Amino acid sequence: MTNLSMTVKKNIPYIAISVLILALLAAVPFFSKPYTVVLLKNILMFAALTLSWALFSGPTGYISLATAAFYGVGIYTAAYLGKVLPLPVMVLCGGLASFLLALIIGAITLRLRGIYFAIFTLSSVELIKQVLHWFEITVLGTRGRPVVKISNTTVYYVVLLIVVLLMVTTYFLKRSRYGLAMSSIGSCEDAAAHIGINVTWVKVLTFALSSFFIGLTGATTATGLIYIDSHIAFDLNYSFFPTLMAIFGGIGNVFGPVIGAAVFSYLREILITRFPYAYMIIFGAVMILTILYLPNGIIGLVQTIKDKVLGGKDATASSRKVN
Amino acid sequence: MISFINILVNGLLMGGIYAITAVGLSMQYGVARILNIAHGEFIMVAAFLTWMLHTTLGINPILCLAIVGPILFVLGYLVRHYLFKTLKEKTPSPAAFEGNSMLMAFGLLFVIQSLATYIWGKNIVGYDFMRYSVYLGEIRFAANRLVIMITAVIICFLFYLFLTKTRTGKAIRASSQDPDAAALMGVDINRMLTLCFALGALMAGFAGVLLSMEYKLDTFMGMGHTIIAIIVMVLGGLGSIPGSLVGGFILGIFYGIVSGIEPGLTEAAYYLLFMLLLLFKPSGLFGR
Amino acid sequence: MQLLQVEKLTKHFGGLTAVSGVDLEVERGEILGLIGPNGAGKTTLFNLISGTFAPNAGKIIFNGESIGGLKPNYICRKGLVRTFQTVKIFPEMTVFQNVLMGSLFGSEGKSWPEATGQAREILDFTGLSHLSDVPAGSLTLVNQKRVEVARALATRPQMLLLDELMAGLNPAEVAEAMELVTRIRERGITIIMIEHVMKAIMNICKRIIVLHHGKKIIEGTPEEISTNKTVIEIYLGEEEQAHAGS
Ligand SMILES: Nc1ncnc2c1ncn2[C@@H]1O[C@H](COP(=O)(O)OP(=O)(O)OP(=O)(O)O)[C@@H](O)[C@H]1O
Ligand SMILES: [Mg+2]
Repeated sequence: MTNLSMTVKKNIPYIAISVLILALLAAVPFFSKPYTVVLLKNILMFAALTLSWALFSGPTGYISLATAAFYGVGIYTAAYLGKVLPLPVMVLCGGLASFLLALIIGAITLRLRGIYFAIFTLSSVELIKQVLHWFEITVLGTRGRPVVKISNTTVYYVVLLIVVLLMVTTYFLKRSRYGLAMSSIGSCEDAAAHIGINVTWVKVLTFALSSFFIGLTGATTATGLIYIDSHIAFDLNYSFFPTLMAIFGGIGNVFGPVIGAAVFSYLREILITRFPYAYMIIFGAVMILTILYLPNGIIGLVQTIKDKVLGGKDATASSRKVN
Repeated sequence: MISFINILVNGLLMGGIYAITAVGLSMQYGVARILNIAHGEFIMVAAFLTWMLHTTLGINPILCLAIVGPILFVLGYLVRHYLFKTLKEKTPSPAAFEGNSMLMAFGLLFVIQSLATYIWGKNIVGYDFMRYSVYLGEIRFAANRLVIMITAVIICFLFYLFLTKTRTGKAIRASSQDPDAAALMGVDINRMLTLCFALGALMAGFAGVLLSMEYKLDTFMGMGHTIIAIIVMVLGGLGSIPGSLVGGFILGIFYGIVSGIEPGLTEAAYYLLFMLLLLFKPSGLFGR
Repeated sequence: MQLLQVEKLTKHFGGLTAVSGVDLEVERGEILGLIGPNGAGKTTLFNLISGTFAPNAGKIIFNGESIGGLKPNYICRKGLVRTFQTVKIFPEMTVFQNVLMGSLFGSEGKSWPEATGQAREILDFTGLSHLSDVPAGSLTLVNQKRVEVARALATRPQMLLLDELMAGLNPAEVAEAMELVTRIRERGITIIMIEHVMKAIMNICKRIIVLHHGKKIIEGTPEEISTNKTVIEIYLGEEEQAHAGS
């Protein structure tokens, strides 16, 4: 793996900056107002969802709109197991439950490509939501459940940990043999299958891995919700937002999704209470404009500018692609 | 026996509205390759416009077809001309265009939905139109449902005639089946695609007007109708109007049956049906 | 011993039978030509053998092992690889990375340095070394086809299926491609090639099979094929028709 250590060496400045930012973020709860912690927690939560989305959909080009399903499974895990299990175990259970669900959805959707995959995953969220809703009302005779509350600072640290794990995973996966297989699927799936790559396996496993992280995030952040029901837990916006945030930030490297998530969740924080419609309008408009004029997102733009300024010759800006 | 006939009749009554909901989307995806996830939002806007015209100016909803339809047509024209056409020029690969246009339609969905909520608020609205009962033997149903069904079928039929009999209609079909040959024959493909998208929006407009005659409206109703449209489209086969009609009636009857057994699961059943269709018969029940 | 045996292979698409009861045997080390008019079922036959589609009926035996209905990645790892009529490369990756993908995934348990070394060797062999850092998508058609062949070779196959390698090439490029095919055979790789370029197929192949409407019409040496009445009627006749029509 000389290849790997070389890439690591080349990226030392980036790694140094990341570690510094991480240290700062870790110190935040010690010196800032509780509100800042909540704000950052929300940003980190969207960063985690967006990174998870990009982990699978970025390289493979399959647009998954099932994020809300895995997030919801995480939330329900917290609601059911939060009282009986310690936080780390409960969070892991949320991740594993999502992982299993993703294995099932992934195995079923293998034959679907392009937008058929997207609308199938979208429908899976609605199906789960509706069935759960019906089940709660007619079988359990209740609607929704309370969730155990856990201190914001704790949740903040757990989500921060998830984000770091995700960034490290994405970074190393991308440079591994497995990561190459993933991007070859996005590039030309037929060719990938015919040169010996088990595309089925790679797709399903990556989908499940990405969902594992989404489940962890759901189980962790659910503890700040007080009360949940199927419509809160399986809100389709949790499918749309990460997708848009990733596209806006760009999926060329690990920072793109984080940037996208940070910008939009910050905007959301400041707009959603006072001008809720303005937020959604901006969100939709930015998405349209990004798809039209920034096909590689903010990261792609930065890369282009950098190449222009430095006249760099290895322009490896990867482009967003769809099967 | 009565209950079975009841389900059948009710299903058929629903079928017309389902069909017209799907025809527009089927045009847009079948010909222009845009899976317009915001289709339901177009329907919602049309429904609200009708509600406004009827409640403030007292215009007969049937008349609204002639007013709201053209407005939606123009809206569709602008959307395709300024957004999707530009996207198509920038995205050469057809597969990438399909994916990106779907995502862009999501953006559109957010914009339209939020604007509508901003303008019309979050309340549920509606008006009464021919809500009295009529009888067909033992079966009773609201008169407006019959009107909706008949109007929907007539519109679909006229649209079908337009596509198969007129020059423009033939050019549209040629552009979808063999763009290269059509271009060689002097058809301006790009204009045809824009026209086609606008016609899809026109159909969404008609669907919205008809829907408002029977149902209560809220600005978040769009997604449900988009899903219904996609189901019917997949049932009937892409871009096929007779297919959409048959698909609409099948879904209508399906609705009747499921709501007869377990009303709480109707929506879930739609999604399940849709997912099964995608998996096992993505080319449509009547597809090749 | 035969490297590949195909028995009564059949594939339907709805009402259409694209491949209908085809029998085929390929000797180790030979180059077999596969010809037939458009829509004859040649590509479909490749799709069945390489695992793109599962056959509806019939047997495919490669190296004494039945491979009918296996997924393409397994078939590739058993040593049978194909190229596509419409080039399928990884356009964003460089030429080197394209070939590396073949050597990394085409056979099990290869270390990174081994795979890299092998990719470089194949680039040399196919004459692509000077392009190795260029994104494959920006190459000309000939070179893209060459990249596809190189990537297939990098999987270390025993048998290579070439689908219209020479279509769209100019005469000089055809000559180069013919030379490449011969050298691939010299490496000990057995080849089946679909080709419309008659000159190429008549020169390189010792044995040719003609497909028509999904059926094997005749099998023989280039001389036998080019003088056979039925072949002239069905194949060349339709060719002329096509030319007259266009
Ligand atoms: N995936 C598919 N689905 C449906 N029909 C198909 C499919 N693939 C091929 N066919 C049909 O099967 C028949 C054989 O096609 P095939 O591509 O094998 O012909 P071919 O001999 O390779 O022709 P060409 O010389 O034009 O490449 C054609 O009629 C084609 O339309
Ligand atoms: Mg072919």
